[in-house]
Amino acid sequence: MGKMIKIGMADLSVCLPPDSITTLGLGSCIGCVLYDPVTKVSGMVHVMLPDSTKIRNNENIAKFADTGVQALFDDVIAAGASKSRLIAKIAGGAQMFAFKTDNEMLKVGERNAEGVIKKLNELKVPIKAQDTGGHLGRTIEFNPENGELLIKSVGVPPYTI
Amino acid sequence: MAEEQMLSDMQFDVLREIGNIGSGHAATALAKMLDMKIDIKVPQAVVCDFNYLVQMVGGEEKLVIGILLQLSDDVEGMMMFIMDLPSTYVLLRKLMFSDLKDEEYLNDMHMSALQEIGNIITGAYLSSLSDLTKLKINASVPYLSIDMAAAILSVPAIEFGKLGDKAVMIETEFDLDETQELNGYFLLIPTMDSYSKIMTSLGL
Repeated sequence: MGKMIKIGMADLSVCLPPDSITTLGLGSCIGCVLYDPVTKVSGMVHVMLPDSTKIRNNENIAKFADTGVQALFDDVIAAGASKSRLIAKIAGGAQMFAFKTDNEMLKVGERNAEGVIKKLNELKVPIKAQDTGGHLGRTIEFNPENGELLIKSVGVPPYTI
Repeated sequence: MAEEQMLSDMQFDVLREIGNIGSGHAATALAKMLDMKIDIKVPQAVVCDFNYLVQMVGGEEKLVIGILLQLSDDVEGMMMFIMDLPSTYVLLRKLMFSDLKDEEYLNDMHMSALQEIGNIITGAYLSSLSDLTKLKINASVPYLSIDMAAAILSVPAIEFGKLGDKAVMIETEFDLDETQELNGYFLLIPTMDSYSKIMTSLGL
């Protein structure tokens, strides 16, 4: 049994077997996993906002979809993942409060998912699985041994994607 | 101010003081609503990064109830009040559901009562902010969510995230009687523009 690497909000880390990697209680943020199924080099980033270019205070690169996914991509490649084999799994981006509104501030979950997908497309990383949206928070755990992303929400049996 | 990248210590102090005054008013409102004496401990205001915020409330996966209001008019942004579930049940029992058991399913009646509690507590908080700053603040109806603390807090954390890596949170402990206490947390999240309006109106 390896250890469980825990990442917080606006945080990222590379993960190699036998370790697993987790982030707890994703709300409107997105957890993005990059994974090379052959070398089993993986990593996870927990981003909070879709676009670093719209924000002045953007030094924390793991906070934004564009810079965070890029940084994770660079890190997993440096750790031995192959660009051509990399796949992605993403989860999160819930709307935690059920507003009937068109207020942009509250649709940030949706924006975050779009931001991450856009960046992954740019990097030509295929999205193997996606579980975004809804109204529930998610705890996610990635096991690089089998490539499964376990998702736990309150009041729902855990499932994998 | 829109150019400002990080909030200064001075500005955080102001937010903290607004929080102290606001939560005092909120406790008074709660006491009136429940028609009982409520002691309030000196509110703890902390300036911390997001991940620590979650730890203060009790850890990422702890179940909490979040009450969120949208602010409009002179001050735009959000206001959030967070309570842990045991406190929520204590409050509901005191209010009108005296035979409610811990962990019992919360039905629409309970949720609607909680919404009203949220309305009164945050309303008291916001009206003291409005009095201090002479700014008009209009609050939406309260929205409720019960979920993991980190997921609930991601909503204000994202808003604060646009300003910097830190947030101001006010922890307030209300003592309902000798045995039961209620822990509540306030977060005020003005937009950047509104933030500068608050500062200007306070002469900063």
